[in-house]
Amino acid sequence: MSGQHHGEPEPYPAIRTKAIESLLIEKGLFTGDAIDAKVQAYEKDIGPMNGAKVVARAWVDSGYRERLLANGMEAISEMGFTEPQGAELIVHENTRAVHNVVVCTLCSCYPWSVLGLPPTWYKSFAYRSRVVIEPRKVLKEFGLELDDSVEVRVWDSNSDIRYMILPERPDGTESMSEDELAELVSRDSMIGVARAKTPAQVR
Amino acid sequence: MNGIHDMGGMHGFGPIELEENEPVFHEPWEGRVIAMRRTIPDVSNPYGGRFLIESIPPDLYLKSSYYERWLLSFEDALLRKGLITAEELDEKTRFYRENPDAEVPRKEDRELAKSAGETLSIESTPNEHDGSGIVPRFGVGDSVKAANINISGHTRLPKYVRGRVGTVVKIYSAQDIQDHVPESEKGPQPVYSVRFDGRELWGDSAEPNQNLYIDMWESYLEPDQGATGGLDQ
Repeated sequence: MSGQHHGEPEPYPAIRTKAIESLLIEKGLFTGDAIDAKVQAYEKDIGPMNGAKVVARAWVDSGYRERLLANGMEAISEMGFTEPQGAELIVHENTRAVHNVVVCTLCSCYPWSVLGLPPTWYKSFAYRSRVVIEPRKVLKEFGLELDDSVEVRVWDSNSDIRYMILPERPDGTESMSEDELAELVSRDSMIGVARAKTPAQVR
Repeated sequence: MNGIHDMGGMHGFGPIELEENEPVFHEPWEGRVIAMRRTIPDVSNPYGGRFLIESIPPDLYLKSSYYERWLLSFEDALLRKGLITAEELDEKTRFYRENPDAEVPRKEDRELAKSAGETLSIESTPNEHDGSGIVPRFGVGDSVKAANINISGHTRLPKYVRGRVGTVVKIYSAQDIQDHVPESEKGPQPVYSVRFDGRELWGDSAEPNQNLYIDMWESYLEPDQGATGGLDQ
């Protein structure tokens, strides 16, 4: 890696990774540019902006919203996204009465095609252990306080089904375009640990 | 396996630490590891990538970051498959430690890479059944009890639901069982979305108005005898 300064030894995982990549390329398991292309795709092509477009479409198009809630895979493929690692994508809608939140307690399953790679907190032991037993306390740490009258549904993604949350459309957004609406849709709101932003929060 | 990875409901891991504007990868090696593993996904067969991560000794698992666990399990997969030897890996590691400016070779031999990838793919065992025609044993609304399965191999049934009673809320299409079960029990099964009331899982410690939904392969479930007036001891 070229970014290292002299005199500062590279960390062990970086050295070990180079050793493995070097051996596998020498043995012909893959080419260097195949790995470059994948890294590039993870960094640039997939990410929560894809999910945000899906959510914004569902907010402005009730027919699309229904298709999204009925069959997530088909609905995201209408917008050109696919979920190669999972058989199904299930979308749950947050409302005033029901709040959904997603976790994978056993590893860190996550809908890569619509949200990209998961953030560190999603993979943390604290989140994986706690959100199933004390979701309200965990959501509060994200700044989201829910009244006791709101039902909290925690989805533990332990099979090949991936879950995404359709957050509630904020008030005062009636005149906004689909592109403007997409900017209100944060990654965290599609995992269910936040609400969508208000227009004032993105200004 | 009843491993450290099965952490749903555990205490002691502290607050959630949030990072604003987090990059996709914090270090370039993280992207290389995940890209390599997903370029040759069959490398983890027949164990499965998740099992190899779960097999990391618990103290090391807890000390390692997410991508360090991918790296450890990737290395394990390569050694188990015999694609590299421990000796050549250690030798190469020594080389890059002593020559920090040495570049990773870039041999762009597409044909070789293609044939090596195909060799790996053949070693994975595709499923023979497509799951169609399987009749689910349980219906929506049924009261079901999560089985008390404690196998030392891979399972997707976490400890915190075992023995607990829930309700079937949806029947999904069949999925292959991923657990390390005998060959005769492999193949597709109906998968159910099962709802567990917070109080059933956590007793008086449950928060108000809290439900947990989890995907359950059919072999993870038993009829709830208590609900039908049968024995429930």
